[in-house]
Amino acid sequence: MTSGGGGDAAPASPLLHAEGLRKSYGPVIALRSADLRVEPGEAHALLGANGAGKSTLVKLLTGVVRPDAGTIAVHGRPVRAASPAEAARFGLAPVFQDPALVPDLTVAQNLRLTGADVDAVRTRLRALDLDLDFTELASDVPLPLLRMLDLARALSRDPSLLILDEITAALPSDLAERVFAVMREQCDRGGSVLFITHRLKEVIATCARATILRDGGAVATIAPREGGESEIVSHMLGDQAVAAEVAKAERVTVREAEAERPADGEVALAVSDLRGGAVDGVSFEVRRGEVLGIAALDGQGQDELFAMLAGEQGVGGGTVVAGGKPLKARHPFDAIRAGVVYVPADRLHALLPQRSVRENIAAPRYNRLRRWGPINMADEGRRVARAIDALQVDTRAQRQVRRLSGGNQQKVTIARWLASGFDTMLCFDPTRGIDVGTKRQVYALLRDLAAEGSAILLFSSELAEFPLVCDRVLTLYGGRVTAEIPGAAADEATLLEAMHGLSEGAA
Amino acid sequence: MTSTSLRPPLSGRIDWRRVVRRHGWTIGIVVLLVAFALYWRSSTSVPWGPFDVQSLAIDALPLAFVAMGQAVVIISGGVDLSVGSLMSLVNVLAAKEMAHMGYTSAILYALGLVVLGALIGSVTGAVIVVTGVADIIVTLAGLFVLGGCALAVLQVPGGAAPLRFQSLVTLDTVGTRWLPSAFVILLGVYALLWLTVRRRRLGLALYAIGSNRDRAYLAGVKVARTRIVAYAFSGAFAALGGLALTAASGIGDPNSGSIYTLNSVAAVVLGGVSLLGGVGGLIGPIAAALVLTLVKTVMIIKGVNQNWAQVIQGSLIVIVVMIGGLAIRQKGKTG
Amino acid sequence: MSAVPETPGRSEAWAMVRRRLVDNSVAVLVLVFVALFVLTDVVNRAQGDGAFLTPTQVSTTFLYAAILGLLSAGQTLVMLTGGIDLSVATTATAGAFMVSRFGSHGAAASIVAALVVGLVIGAANGLGVAVFRVNPLIMTLGISTITIGVLTVEAQKQFTSLVPNVVVALGSERFLHYIPYDLLVWGPIAAAIVLGLRYSGIGRMIYGVGDNPLAMRLAGVRVWQVQLVVYVLCGVLSAAAGILLVGFNNAADLGIGTPFLLPSVAAVVIGGTSIFGGFGGYAGTIVGALILTVLDSLLTILNASQAVRQILYGAIVLALASLYARTTSE
Repeated sequence: MTSGGGGDAAPASPLLHAEGLRKSYGPVIALRSADLRVEPGEAHALLGANGAGKSTLVKLLTGVVRPDAGTIAVHGRPVRAASPAEAARFGLAPVFQDPALVPDLTVAQNLRLTGADVDAVRTRLRALDLDLDFTELASDVPLPLLRMLDLARALSRDPSLLILDEITAALPSDLAERVFAVMREQCDRGGSVLFITHRLKEVIATCARATILRDGGAVATIAPREGGESEIVSHMLGDQAVAAEVAKAERVTVREAEAERPADGEVALAVSDLRGGAVDGVSFEVRRGEVLGIAALDGQGQDELFAMLAGEQGVGGGTVVAGGKPLKARHPFDAIRAGVVYVPADRLHALLPQRSVRENIAAPRYNRLRRWGPINMADEGRRVARAIDALQVDTRAQRQVRRLSGGNQQKVTIARWLASGFDTMLCFDPTRGIDVGTKRQVYALLRDLAAEGSAILLFSSELAEFPLVCDRVLTLYGGRVTAEIPGAAADEATLLEAMHGLSEGAA
Repeated sequence: MTSTSLRPPLSGRIDWRRVVRRHGWTIGIVVLLVAFALYWRSSTSVPWGPFDVQSLAIDALPLAFVAMGQAVVIISGGVDLSVGSLMSLVNVLAAKEMAHMGYTSAILYALGLVVLGALIGSVTGAVIVVTGVADIIVTLAGLFVLGGCALAVLQVPGGAAPLRFQSLVTLDTVGTRWLPSAFVILLGVYALLWLTVRRRRLGLALYAIGSNRDRAYLAGVKVARTRIVAYAFSGAFAALGGLALTAASGIGDPNSGSIYTLNSVAAVVLGGVSLLGGVGGLIGPIAAALVLTLVKTVMIIKGVNQNWAQVIQGSLIVIVVMIGGLAIRQKGKTG
Repeated sequence: MSAVPETPGRSEAWAMVRRRLVDNSVAVLVLVFVALFVLTDVVNRAQGDGAFLTPTQVSTTFLYAAILGLLSAGQTLVMLTGGIDLSVATTATAGAFMVSRFGSHGAAASIVAALVVGLVIGAANGLGVAVFRVNPLIMTLGISTITIGVLTVEAQKQFTSLVPNVVVALGSERFLHYIPYDLLVWGPIAAAIVLGLRYSGIGRMIYGVGDNPLAMRLAGVRVWQVQLVVYVLCGVLSAAAGILLVGFNNAADLGIGTPFLLPSVAAVVIGGTSIFGGFGGYAGTIVGALILTVLDSLLTILNASQAVRQILYGAIVLALASLYARTTSE
């Protein structure tokens, strides 16, 4: 098998050595046979597309689920963790993707629940230059802080292996930097870090080695600094040549779309002086044929902006005009009828997991009382098939959407609007947590939709996406628009500056 | 989102707004109880005396006990529909066997029934955990199985309880005539069974699994064991409720507990425990049990037909939970 | 999780078999029904009471099952949306009571009165659950308590109680020797529900709301409308069951519906509908109602007491629910 880089030649026993790990859920094999070797004192990245088995591997290592086969050894001694509590005793300290803090208990109660030393955690937090009221309910603490609290809790145990599962996904850049500093310290004192992320730049900056998973098996262990992003991507996607070809073809699509874009489409959505929640007077227009990007740090009002436009949340003030008519949406239905549709960040908010792909895609078609009667099955079938085609949804497991992979589920959430029709699509971070290949398909699709005359409003937490997809980018700061940047000029440096409220600098 | 947005830690001072936000409902229900009691006092033509307090204690004790158990289960994220039948079963078992016992052996037998209740509760919990079937279905099945058992023990109302055992709830007072021993027993059980665990890891774990089970598991809580413990609590409290029924009525009736399944859930909701789990305490449900009992008492004093009183009490329960639902809905909209 | 295609192996093969069983659960249930019928026949013969597997007994089974079938029809719809209605039994009682209360005003008037009461009760449940977001368990139990209280007060008043002949015929007589009249009520309703769930917009909405209400809201569905409709339908169907019931019994008392509460839930659970909603259907419930009806006959033949029946029904619900939980879990 293609095991870790020269594992047999290594002199000392590795800190963590997993061999032949296998796990299946019913007929679905999540992990075929994965090997992983983490040496003492190294930051090791675990990479892979969605559904490659990263999360499953982490769950096996930390005792959340038990493997069907395979062994795990820590410092050369085989271990078998039956629960997260037990794994902690072997020196494995995970920070899970979902914060392991119970919302209705206070922070201090949460720490006592896990048997953590409250004072040690507070000390660790202070070392991270953070402080918070431990009598606060966990549900009242903002998400980025919860992640940092989880990290501090993990550190307070002086773990030999720190496992960070997608920790930076929810963090603003300054907190992410502090996490990288923690990783360096951990390695300096002889411990190790297993780092899971979708952001390849972070891997190159922080990790000496990376193990890449594909289709439930470890395909390679590489040094990311040498090969760079392209090598990682090619391992993740499989055949290198094919991957390059796909990338090239898609870049062309995006370019062509740009060339074909109608010079001045009519205004699909006009927002003026919109207020409500953190949104404090936002105005802009999106035209047909255009992809308008919204870039912002966490909590600058983008959530509320999208929620208000989608009819999810009441508007505090200002006007919205959709397709030339004023829109006062009190329910998503009102927005949808006006042609404004919403793709939420969390696909679990837009899927019917137990229903078929077809029923999921067709669902919005029956949202009004007068469509509650008999269904025209032939017509529905045609529309659904067209949407599936356009998005290349993998329908092998179509009887129940929950059996699909994450990327395919995300496609279904977009497809349900293709089948029912719309003028303006609000996409809130549609590529969060999906793999590189699927991301590219989503970019190309958004461009295609715009080329066909739709207007797209796109928020993304990945700044690199903006120049690829958007015609213009607005930056939000403190609930207001701080800058409008042409898509081609929206590089990360420019965006970041504007996202921090023009050159007032990072806090 | 940086350290600038962090609230500074408050040291020593009590944040009253936070107290109200977290315990507002419980405070509200206690205020409602006091208001009702005052109204009750003013609405009787004859002077209001210790006897009235005693009769309130007699009527409220079974509901207060079973509501406490229901509260523990609902806090832990479940619901126990079998409590009504468990109360009936304990009631008939007590009335059938206790009649010829002396006081001491009756008390020992009663303690044995509480242990039996806890055992039955833990079996219910274990069945839920092992089969993976929803709490509602398992306990609904339990409602019928235990109801069948009660019928098998005693087909028609009968049996009896020793007078001294009955007087524990119906006559005895502690210190002053205004403090029925039933209330003392209630508070004693509260202190013994709940205050001892609430702030320990077990208590935190009960809240944790109700608040978010997956996260509780990731935080190292033994979820299955904690769920079983919650149902054991419920079983023990339901048994206490059944014993209180026996003492209050002096007979065994295989249908005596049937109204308590709904009423216990209503008292828990009225007492500020979220049906979603993880939120609330036991004081609220106890106060709510007293309020629900008082409502009926006051109506009957006012000369309302017994059946209409039942209808009005049911309507009040429904209206209260509707308002509660509306409150959750408003909170969800803004939050 | 990923959808990596499976490789054959023993555990995978077993998993395949299990999935097949789940996907074709109605066929399996029909086999269980037939087997139970044969078993009852054997027991009946062993007790020296002759054959049970006769056209008359089959006909009687369907005659009985129609009441439970209608009652659990509403329950199925409600449970598909992720709710539960514990007021079906008292709603049936209310329907039965209305028929006998207004029987002297003519069959049509009494039937309309019964259905209207069902509609009102269903609307009250629906209002609480859909608009005020009350937990359905509490709402329906509360409404059930209120209903029984009102009926008790009403029953103490003076009136001439009469069950119209048409209703008696509908609930207890047959045509062509073997075909119960109540199938004329149950059959069309059953067909409408089975087809409607699959091929109508409201059917899709019912499944969708049960599976993920938030996703339906974001798709523009006014979730409360769907829930309201479902509870109202459940109320009306339960009242219809009450009409058949009073026709069968030829008299109404306030306990007439009570024995049907657990079976109404049991029939749905046996039929494979998920109590969390979003999965299942009415075809399974129909067979579930038939199975429970035969089981009831078997228990009667065995002279089982009410206590034993209650325990057994509880155990069956539990056993089947755990079986489904096992086979459908990933």
